[in-house]
Amino acid sequence: MCLAMPVRISQLLPDDMAVVDMDGVSREVSVALIDTPQEGDYVILHVGYAIGKLDAEEAARTLALMDQLAASQSEATP
Amino acid sequence: MKYVDEFRRGDIARGMAAHIHTLVQPDRQYRLMEFCGGHTHAIARYGLTGLLPDNIRLIHGPGCPVCVLPIGRVDSAIELALRPDVILCSYGDTLRVPASNKMSLYQARAKGADVRMVYSTSDALQIARDNPHKQVVFFAIGFETTTPPTALALIQARQEKLANFSVFCNHVLTPPAMRHLLAAGDAVQLDGFIGPSHVSTVIGSAPYAAVAAEFAKPVVIAGFEPLDVLQSVAMLVEQINAGRTEVETQFTRAVTAQGNAKARSLVAQTMTLRDSFEWRGLGQVPHSALAIHPDFAEFDAELRFALAYRHVPDHKACECGAILRGQKRPQDCKVFAIVCNPDNPLGSCMVSSEGACAAHYHYGRFVEGQPA
Repeated sequence: MCLAMPVRISQLLPDDMAVVDMDGVSREVSVALIDTPQEGDYVILHVGYAIGKLDAEEAARTLALMDQLAASQSEATP
Repeated sequence: MKYVDEFRRGDIARGMAAHIHTLVQPDRQYRLMEFCGGHTHAIARYGLTGLLPDNIRLIHGPGCPVCVLPIGRVDSAIELALRPDVILCSYGDTLRVPASNKMSLYQARAKGADVRMVYSTSDALQIARDNPHKQVVFFAIGFETTTPPTALALIQARQEKLANFSVFCNHVLTPPAMRHLLAAGDAVQLDGFIGPSHVSTVIGSAPYAAVAAEFAKPVVIAGFEPLDVLQSVAMLVEQINAGRTEVETQFTRAVTAQGNAKARSLVAQTMTLRDSFEWRGLGQVPHSALAIHPDFAEFDAELRFALAYRHVPDHKACECGAILRGQKRPQDCKVFAIVCNPDNPLGSCMVSSEGACAAHYHYGRFVEGQPA
């Protein structure tokens, strides 16, 4: 029950609600726990509530670092 | 799926694993506890143990809210559910937790109790609006991720003057549990923690700094995808090799030092620290759980129904307690996968999909030759 997942806000609704897109499936969730939600934001969804935003730049940085580490290993072990 | 699939790539996982092999010092043991059940699940599901060097041992921790809920608390929920004037609402996993006298909330429902599975606290509020002549109790469990939605429900209930709604609060806190495990001394030897990520989106990484400093153990706040876990293991190995004991964040795409201030403020308004709370496997842990704040006492089910807590020992054959303390592995339990299985769980670690026993039952037991 503690698992949460990243979803994209596709539409903001009144009363701190929003429609999110989960791999093509739409669902209404609450965005009352986060500051300034925007359409297009990725958020972490847990028990029907967005509990935090995902930072796209940080995600790209993490992926680049992983790519770099993996590439250096494939060079080291041909 | 964006922000999921990229962090599950097999080719990168193999490269990361090769990198970890180059980092480890062969004469050293690295005993790393994954606190969260979500990590336990990812490690088992993606077979990460098999990719790591033999001298890295991953140890399951107590971070599964269903697993650490003691039987006495489930008994209280069942007692409430069996009252004819009550509708008890709960997240799905808690319904299957075995309690006293071979009862669970599912079995209470079979006996006629009105038990409703909800996906969100707002569902519980709606049930209260729809049933004004019934008392609707939300059986709240979970770590710091699940707590802010409960806080919002309390605030909304007060705004709407929902006199028939109350919360049976069993929310628990991660840093005190981590401190409690480390303070137990020689009970389990640990060299570092794979720290909670979704919990940290709410509370931030800062609350772990005091634990890391006091006990000289590194903590890396790790995302839940397999590449996140591998990168976090590499970061821990580097800290251990260098003799550093800091809190670092791998899950930088969602975790900051301070976390979600709005969510924390809502929790502070509606809940207050308990002096002590019993955890399955850990016993009484000081300042490790929340109760409803006196300002919201009218929505506190413990006060409304005069619930008294009673300690109930676990089933003698069940090793959930030792597994939650990191002292035993699921396959060390003599009832594992025999009388205790996901369809008929004897203990809580088999109930939740994030429980160590359920994770090993689904993904790990066919590679028994490897350490879990």
